[in-house]
Amino acid sequence: METAERIDPPARADGGTNYLNVNYGVRSWLLTVDHKRIGLLYLGSITVMFALGGFFALLIRLELLTPAGDLVGPDTYNKLFTMHGIIMVFFFLIPSIPATLGNFLIPMMIGARDMAFPKLNLASWYIFIVGALFTLWAVFTGGVDTGWTFYTPYSTVGSHTKVIPVAVGVFINGFSSILTGLNFIVTIHRMRAPGLTWMRLPLFIWALYATSIIFILGTPVIAITLALVGVERAFHIGIFDPALGGDPVLFQHLFWFYSHPAVYIMILPSMGVVSELITCFSRKAPFGYTFIAISSLAIAFLGFLVWGHHMFVAGMSPYAGLIFSFLSFAVAIPSAVKVFNWTATLYKGAIAFKAPMIYALGFIGLFTIGGLTGLFLASLGLDVHVHDTYFVVAHFHYIMVGGALMGYLGGIHFWWPKITGRMYPESLARIAALIVFLGFNLTFFPQFILGYLGMPRRYHSYPDEFQVLNVMSTAGASILGIGYLLPFCYLLWSLRYGERASSNPWGATGLEWQTPSPPPTENFPVTPIVDVPPYHYSEEEAVLV
Amino acid sequence: MSERATALAGQGNLPPATAHQFDDAVQQHEASGLGMWVFLLTEILFFGGLFTIYTVYRSLYPEAFGHASSTLDIELGTINTAVLIGSSLTMALAVHTAQVSRNGRLVALFLFATIALGSVFLGIKAIEYAQKFHEHHVPGPFFHYEGADPQQSELFFCLYFLMTGLHAIHMVIGVGILGVLGVMALRGRFGPDYYTPVELTGLYWHFVDIVWIFLFPLLYLVERHT
Amino acid sequence: MTRDDHAGARHDHVVPLPIYFGVFVTLLVLTGVTTAAAFVDLGRLNVFVALTIAVVKASLVLLYFMHLRYTARLTPLMVAIAFFWLAMMIMLTMADVVSRGWFTGALG
Repeated sequence: METAERIDPPARADGGTNYLNVNYGVRSWLLTVDHKRIGLLYLGSITVMFALGGFFALLIRLELLTPAGDLVGPDTYNKLFTMHGIIMVFFFLIPSIPATLGNFLIPMMIGARDMAFPKLNLASWYIFIVGALFTLWAVFTGGVDTGWTFYTPYSTVGSHTKVIPVAVGVFINGFSSILTGLNFIVTIHRMRAPGLTWMRLPLFIWALYATSIIFILGTPVIAITLALVGVERAFHIGIFDPALGGDPVLFQHLFWFYSHPAVYIMILPSMGVVSELITCFSRKAPFGYTFIAISSLAIAFLGFLVWGHHMFVAGMSPYAGLIFSFLSFAVAIPSAVKVFNWTATLYKGAIAFKAPMIYALGFIGLFTIGGLTGLFLASLGLDVHVHDTYFVVAHFHYIMVGGALMGYLGGIHFWWPKITGRMYPESLARIAALIVFLGFNLTFFPQFILGYLGMPRRYHSYPDEFQVLNVMSTAGASILGIGYLLPFCYLLWSLRYGERASSNPWGATGLEWQTPSPPPTENFPVTPIVDVPPYHYSEEEAVLV
Repeated sequence: MSERATALAGQGNLPPATAHQFDDAVQQHEASGLGMWVFLLTEILFFGGLFTIYTVYRSLYPEAFGHASSTLDIELGTINTAVLIGSSLTMALAVHTAQVSRNGRLVALFLFATIALGSVFLGIKAIEYAQKFHEHHVPGPFFHYEGADPQQSELFFCLYFLMTGLHAIHMVIGVGILGVLGVMALRGRFGPDYYTPVELTGLYWHFVDIVWIFLFPLLYLVERHT
Repeated sequence: MTRDDHAGARHDHVVPLPIYFGVFVTLLVLTGVTTAAAFVDLGRLNVFVALTIAVVKASLVLLYFMHLRYTARLTPLMVAIAFFWLAMMIMLTMADVVSRGWFTGALG
C-alpha cells in the first residue's frame, strides 16, 4: 500500500528470494520472460556495444592528435567515424535507457506484475542481438565508410564497403525498437494499478511514453529508407539515382524524418531520469509537474517537424529552410520548460549531493549548453558557416554524452540498489562523476571553438593551427574514458562486496521503492492501490539514510 | 468451473488461461487489440515512406508517370481490387462467426475463402509482373521503355514494383497466418469466449486491403483519359 | 484506464451482418466509380477525385470491417495521429520540392 509514510524494512542478510536467485542457469536467463531479467540482458549487451563504439572513438581521437593523417589513412578514418556513429547511435544510445531502465522499471512504477507482452519483450532483445551481429560482422570484415548518415549516392553507388549488411543490421534493430515501444505503450495504457491516474504517474513514465510514440512513428521510416538503399545497391533499382531523375536530397528527407526524432528518443528518457533524481535529492515535488509531463509529449510532437535543419546547405529550398528553422526554435521551448522547472524544483530544496544527483546537475548544465548551441545551428545564416564542422560535433555530443549518457549513468546509480540489492561505493562514485564531468568538458568544449574556427568534421587531417585544441580534446577523452571505466569496475565490485540495500535507501517516492531490493519476480505480492499524489515529499523530510 | 466449461475442457476447447501479467481476460483481450493497432500504425509509416517518394516524383514528372501508368493492365487491376475487397468481407465474416458461434467449420470456411481470394490476387499480380517482364519494364539493367522520358518512367516502375512488391509480401505473410488459423478453427479453438487471434489477423488483413485501396488509383489510374 | 475500469464480462460489439454486406457492396461500387472516373478528363481534379474515393473506401474498411467505430476513443485517436504524421512527412517534404525553383537570388 502506498501511503504517506514510506515503509523501509531493513535489508535481509541473505537477500531473500528475488528475481535474481529464483532460479539459476543460462537457460533461465536466455528464456526468461521477466522484464527485470530482460532489462539486465540489454544492460550487458549495450555495455559491450558501448565499449566497441568507445574503442572507435579512441582511435579517432588518437588520429586527431596530430595534424597529418599518420595513424590511419583517409579511407580507414572514414570507417572509424562511421562505425563509431552507427554503434553509438543505433546500438547504444537508442536502446540505452528504454531497454534497460525502462524495461526494468515501467511495470514496477505502475504497480504491474510484468509488461503487457513479456514474450514479445524477450523477442525484442533477441532481435537486437541479431541486428547487432549483422553489424558486428560487417564491422569486423571490412567496415562501412558512408558515415552513419548513409547519404546517397555514395552509399548506393560509390562506396565499396559493407553497406548492405550494416543496413540490414540497423533495419532488424529497428524492429527491436518498435516492439519495445509497442510494449511500453500498451503497458502504460492498460496495466496501471488502481488509483494510478495519468497525473499521478512518475515523470519517468511520461518521458518513456513520449519516447515510445517516437519509436512507433519514426522507426518504420528509417527501416524503409535503409531497405531502399539496400535495394538500390543490390538490384540497381534507383530511387535516389540522379540518372533516373531521382533526388538524393529526398533520401535525406526520409533519413532525417526518423533520425531527428531519434535524437529525442535518446534524450527524453534521460530527461525522465533527471526528473526523478532532482525531486528525490531535493526532497521536493517537482515544480510544475503537469508542464514537465506535457513537455515530453510536446518534444515528441515538435521533434517530428524539424528534420530539415540537417539539410539547410544540402540543396533544399531556402523557403523550406525557413519553415524548418522556425520549427527548430519552437522545439527548444518544451526543453527549456523542463530546465526551468528542474531549477525551480532545486530552489529551497534539501539538496543531497549523492552521485546520481551530481550526474543530474551535470545533465542540466551540459544539456543547456548543447541545447542553446542547437539554436545557433537552427539559424540559417549561422548554419551556413558551421554546418559540417566540429561545432556540430560538439553540439550533439553535449546533448548525447553530456546529456543522455550522464542521465543514463545517474539512473543506473540511482536504481542500482533496487536492481541488485547492493549499494555502490558512494565516495568513489562521486569522484567518478566529477571525473566524467571534467573529462567531458575538456573533450568537447574545444570542439565548439574548432568548429567555429572552421575545422570540418569527418576529416582525418587538419591545418596545423588547430592542433592545440585537438590535443586538449584528446586529453579530455582519455580522462573521460577513465571516468567511464570507474563505474564499470566499482559497480561490478559492488555485486559481491557492496553494502546490502534496503527497499528504499533514498527515501524516494514511487511504487518501485515499496518492494524489496532486489524485487521478487512478480514485483508486488499484492497489487498496490495508489491514493496519493506523485512526489509526496513532506516539508520535514529527514536527511537521507 | 461451470458445467459447460468442464464439458468443453474435455474436448480441449477451453480458451487459454489469462496470462500472469493480466488481471482478467478482458484486460488481456484489450491489451492484445491495442497492441495490434499500434503495430498497424508502424505499418502506416512504413508504407508511408514509399507514398512520400511517390508524391514527390509524381509531382515532378507528371507526364512520365501518366503514360507509364497507362501501360499497366487496368482490367486486371480493377478485378484485383474487387477480389481483395471480397477477401476483406470473408475475413470480417470469419471474425463475426467466431464472435457469435462455436461453429469452427464455418469460421474455417470463411478463413479459407479469404486465403483463396488472397491467392487469386497474388496470382493475378504474378501474371502482371510476368507481363511487365516481357515488356522489359522491370527496372534495372534490362529496362527498356519505348515511350517518352524513359528514365523518369523507370522511376515510376521502380515505385510500382517496390510498392506492390512490399504489399504482396505482406499478403503472403497474411495468407500464411490465415492458414494456421484455419486449421485451429477446424479444431474448434475459437468461439465467443476466445477469438482474439482471428480478430487480430482480421485487423492486419483489412489494413493490407487499405494499402491496396490507395495503391490502385495511384499506380493504375494516373492518366487514363487520353 | 486503470485496471479497475473493467470489472465484468466481455462487451465487444457485434456488427450486424447487413452492415458488412452493405459496406462490401459500397466498396465495389466505389471501385467501379473510381475506375470509370479515370477515363473522364477532369484535368487536375482527377487525382483529387481518385484520392477522395480512396479515402472514403479506406474509412469504410476502418470504421466497419475493423470496428473502429465501435472501439474506445483511444484507438481512433492513435490512428488519426499516425495519418497526421504521414501527412506532415509528405507535406513538409513537398514544401521543399515545390519551392526549390523559387529562389532566384544573385546566382539565379
